[in-house]
Order: sequence, then structure tokens, then C-alpha cells
Amino acid sequence: MIAFITRRVGVILLTMLCLSFVVFFFVNLDPNLRKLAIFQTEMRATDQDLESWLQRNGYRDNFFLRFGRWVGVWPKEPVIDEATGQVAQRSRFCNEPPEARFSGVIQGDFGCSTAFRTPVSMRLPEALRATGILMFWVTIVMVPVSLLIGVLAGMREGSKLDRGLSVGSIVSTATPEYVSGIIFTAVFASWLGVLNGSAATALTKGFTFSNFTLPVMTMAIYGTGYIARMTRASMAEVMTAQYIRTARLKGLGFGKIVLKHALRNALIAPFTVIMLQFPWMLTGVVVVESIFNYKGFGWLLVQAASNNDIDLVLACGLISVVLVLLTQLISDVGYAFLNPRIRVS
Amino acid sequence: MESVGIFGIIIGGLARFWPVWIALVVLIACVVKWKRKLGLLGHLFDSMIGIAGVLICCFWLFTAIFADIIAPLDPRVQVSIMKNAIPGAVNPETGMVFLLGGDQLARDVFSRMVYGARIVLTIAPAATLIALLVGITLGLPAGYFGRRVDQVLSFLANLVLAFPVILLFYLLVTPGIMETAIPYAMAGVLFLVPIVFFCTLFYTRFTARPEKLYPYLAVTLILGSWIYAGLVFDADPLGIVSIEPNELNIFVAVVFASSPGVFRIVRGLAMDIKTRDYVAAAQTRGERPWYIMLWEMLPNARGPLIVDTCLRIGYTTILLGTLGFFGLGMGPESPDWGTAIKDGSQVAQLRLYFWQGLTPALALMSLVLGLNLLADSMREQSLKD
Repeated sequence: MIAFITRRVGVILLTMLCLSFVVFFFVNLDPNLRKLAIFQTEMRATDQDLESWLQRNGYRDNFFLRFGRWVGVWPKEPVIDEATGQVAQRSRFCNEPPEARFSGVIQGDFGCSTAFRTPVSMRLPEALRATGILMFWVTIVMVPVSLLIGVLAGMREGSKLDRGLSVGSIVSTATPEYVSGIIFTAVFASWLGVLNGSAATALTKGFTFSNFTLPVMTMAIYGTGYIARMTRASMAEVMTAQYIRTARLKGLGFGKIVLKHALRNALIAPFTVIMLQFPWMLTGVVVVESIFNYKGFGWLLVQAASNNDIDLVLACGLISVVLVLLTQLISDVGYAFLNPRIRVS
Repeated sequence: MESVGIFGIIIGGLARFWPVWIALVVLIACVVKWKRKLGLLGHLFDSMIGIAGVLICCFWLFTAIFADIIAPLDPRVQVSIMKNAIPGAVNPETGMVFLLGGDQLARDVFSRMVYGARIVLTIAPAATLIALLVGITLGLPAGYFGRRVDQVLSFLANLVLAFPVILLFYLLVTPGIMETAIPYAMAGVLFLVPIVFFCTLFYTRFTARPEKLYPYLAVTLILGSWIYAGLVFDADPLGIVSIEPNELNIFVAVVFASSPGVFRIVRGLAMDIKTRDYVAAAQTRGERPWYIMLWEMLPNARGPLIVDTCLRIGYTTILLGTLGFFGLGMGPESPDWGTAIKDGSQVAQLRLYFWQGLTPALALMSLVLGLNLLADSMREQSLKD
């Protein structure tokens, strides 16, 4: 088990390195750098101005050197103002050390966000906290509802209840967040006027039922159908097992069979699905936060990517990759833990 | 402004789709007549879910085909008097009805929805097909050979899968990247895969029968390189096959994002099928690995693959919508559903003129629903066998 986890952590680190490199390559493509320079010089700059800005701030240094600096295996060097010989800050909003030193992701320095004009480490935690709250409530709503639907549908396969719930689940898996978001907003905010169509106030004035229900509902609906279908399949399979037949022949009531015998075994498979749902929720978070203007991680990711905010994009990419891979690891280990017939190797 | 009312909208809408109804009636008549001979398609009509799936999918397919006849206006035409018009509003000058109202740029929402179907139904199935071929070409050897091949390919696939889809699209589909050679290089590699796939397919089968092998290879190479030249270099000598740079960019990004998923499924299937007796028999016969993979294993993996492809077209439709929703790739004037959803979902727009966002949203949802229903009933059918 220990060896398995160690190896997986090794793979995770390698994946992180590779993906960061790919992201680094893309955000440093020439058109993207020019976009950044135009954005940062904030005036009508000639091509020469842009080029000298990029040159001065070290964007024209060797690509691998710069990646090494970001990772923290190569020292970051301060910019020396040629006129005065003094150390010049790259930007007004992030302080950089006056001498060359190792300061990258390994050392915990995520760099400087050019779009928000603040160090990445200042902006990221609050966004993650906001998204964490959203994800927490989505999980609270989504998991019990979908498990209940799945168990109810799967305990009597082919019944009317099963048919109805299954069609409902298919409809919900066909509804991406941007569709359900619009439908819910149109119905609950525009037409009925009972809920708030924007969640922007949730972070500033506190979470209330009216400003937070729509984002949670919108996000939960897509995953619910999927988990419910998996639970149904798992439940239906368990219900045909020999020990259920034995229990029935013993004369146990149907409710007791479902609750005491079937449920525990039927919930092993959905556990994996729920864990693997988290990476998927990451995409959902981006869409939902954009629709409802909720300034969390997804919103930050969109802002960073559309402004080509190099350090912030890299940090966001790194965090999402870690999240995806860790949930995979937990789901694998947890599956082996829950199901003694499976052995990790 | 005058309006034809709710019944006017329903009747007008039904009337507008007349070519689709005719096509659907013909389709149903054909299916009823030759049900026994149609195999899978005939079996789909055994359950309500299957019928619903086929009808919804075919509805959108025919809408895409007959878009020119159905849509009363060009999707880009602006009729300034109809700005933000309510559904069913009548243009006082020409008497033309805007069945689903006008959008904020005074375009006909109904026409845009109809033309949007054409965009979605060309890109989504085509991209899924290429992704399927890429996934098969890489997944079969990974599952069959195992070991190093599998390790390397699986690592690469997991790399792409670990990436948040949105970030991938923000990196791959930006105006900036179209200035570089990256989309063309990726297109060059990805579109090469189908050609290689079909060449290998025919080569492994007909090595001993050159009189069959050469015609097949020639047809594949000529057709393949013709389409390849048109798509990648925009240099089709006949001028038929061509694609806008931004559409190529979207296409490539979507293929790239969905092939690892296909890869994983094919790999899993291959690992399972590898242990069957007929594979051992072929190995004992001394068949080459690629013959076994393409002609012994692939046909036996077709059931789950068809179901998955069906689901994946729906998923690709959702991805295309996401791209449009974030304003990536598609032009701002493009009538595709994602862009229309984005335009209609701004807070003020949604509050006052909800039909602008709701129409494309419901269109997209119904298409994906149709594909999901179709996949579900196909899975049921394949479980029955």
C-alpha cells in the first residue's frame, strides 16, 4: 500500500511538472506575450516599446531558464535600471528581492499577478475559500439526492418508478451548467423573482438563501444525474446477487433487505464516481461562477486566462491538476479500502 | 408592436419546419416497412426511449440539412426595428413574423437557432469521429501490447485528462494562437491519423490479395490527401474542402480534448478482449499484431464503442457550447448556440428578454438529450443480446 501511494505521488509530481511546462509554453507564445505587454504598458506603445518592455522585464530570457526560475531551481535575478544602476521593481505591486535568489513554486513563491496587481499568493486563497464553500454546499445537496434517486430506481429494476427516475437522470445529464443556469435564472429570478440571479453579494454581504441557491442548484443538477445513474446500475446489480435472494427466502421484508443488505454494497461503486466527479465539478465551477458572477477560483481562472496573467494561470493550472490527481488517488485507495476484494498493486 | 400570439407562434413554428416533418415521416415509414432488415436501427424502435432518441436526433439532423429552407432570414441579417422584439412579433414594414423574437442586435432568434444546428452538427460528429479514430489507433496497441507502450501512452492520456477542460481551451483556442503554426501542426498530426488508420486497416487485411489491396489503398490515399490538403493547408485543388482558421482551431482543440477519453475506453476494451479465445487462435495462426487488433478485436469492441460515440457527440456538443459561452474561437457574429447563449445570458438581457438565451439553451439541451436517450437505448439493446 505504501509503495503504491509513493509511486502514485511520484507520478503526480511528474504530471504536475509536465503540465506546468505545457502551460508555461502556451502562455509564453509570442502573440500572448505581446498581448501582455500591450496590457501592461497601458498606452499607445510602439512595437519597439513593447519589445523593450519585454526585454527589460526578462520575458526575452531563455525559455528554459525562465521555467527554471518559476519552478525555483534557477535564481531569479532583479532588474537593474541602466540609468541609475539601482534595482528597479518589475511592477509597483509586487516586491522583489534586491539580490538574486531561488524563489519559485518550490519555495512557495507563486509570482505576481499582472491582471490583479497583487502577488498570486494574496489573491488565490480567498478565491479558493469561496469556491470551497460553493463546492461544499453542492456536495451536500448533490450526493444525498443522487444516491437516493439511484437507490430508489435501482431497487426494483424496470418498475415505473425506475423508468421515471431514469429518464429524469438522463435529462439532468443532458443539461450542462450554462443551460440549467439560464433556465433557473429565467424561471426563479426573472419570472418568479424569488431568488437572486447573481451571487456577487454572497461574498461581500454574506451568504443568504436568495443569493446562493441558484449557483448551488445549477451546479448540482448536472452531476446528480450522473451519480444517480451509476448508483442505479450498482444497486440493480447488487439486487440480483445471491445473498439478496437468500435474504428474501429467509422472509425478510423488502425495506429491510434494501437498507441492511443491499445498500452497503451498492454504495461502493458510486463512491469512486463521486470522487471522480470533483475534477468535473472544476469545469462546472468555472461556468457557474461566470454566470452568477461569484468571484471564486473559476472566475479567477477565466480572468487570468483571458488577460494572459502568466503566473496566475500557472498557479491555477497547478492547483486544478493537484485537485484532479489527488481525488483520483483517494478514489483508488478508498475503493480498495471499501471493497476488500480489490487489492491495490 | 403586433404579435401573432402563442398559438400563432406554435403553428408558425410547426409550419416552418415542414421539410423536417416530411423527412421524419419518410424515415418512420421506411423503418416500419423494413424493420426486420434494419438490424440495430430497427431494434431501437422497440422502446419508447429509443424512438424518442432517434426522433430528436433526426429532427436536428434534418433541421441542419434543410436550414436554408426552414430559416426565414440569414442569421447575420439585422432588422433594426426588431431589436429585442418579443416572440411572435410582426415586422410592421414587411409583415414578417419573428417567431422567437429578435435579439439585442435585431437578428431573428429562430433563424439563428436553425443555423446554429448546422454548425453544431457539422463540427460535433466530425470531431468525435476523428477523436474516435485517434483513440482507437492509440488505445488498441496500448491495451494489446501493454507494458512500456501502455505506460507511455496512458501517462500522456492522463496528462490531458488531468487538465481542466476550460484552461485547455483558453490555451488552445485564442486569437493569438492562430497567428502561430500550432493549430496547423496539431491538425497535421491529428488528421493524419485517419489516413494511417485506414491504410493499416486495408493493408493488414489484403496483404495477400494485391488485386484488392491496391484499389483500396489508392482510394484511401487520394480521398485522404484531398481532404487533408483542404483542411490543413487550405489548398484543396478543387476548392470544395476548406475550413475557416478559427473553426479549424476549435475542431483541433475539441479532438485533442476528447481523444484521451476514447483512448481509455478502447484500452480497457482491448485489455479485456485480448484474453478471449479467438485472439489466442489468431495468435497461434501466426497473424500479425495489427491484423489481430484491427480485424479480430475492434469488431468485437464495436458495441460499447458505438454507445460511447453517441454519448461523446453529446459531450462534444456541450464542449462546443462551453467554447461559445466563453467567447472562444467562434466569431462574435457566429450563430452557434454557445455564442447565442453567451449573448443572451448577460444579467440584463436575461431579465428582460429571456427568450434570447433560452432558445439556444433549450435547443442544445434537446439535442444532447436525444443523443443520450439514443445511447441509453442502444446500451439496453446490446445488453439484451
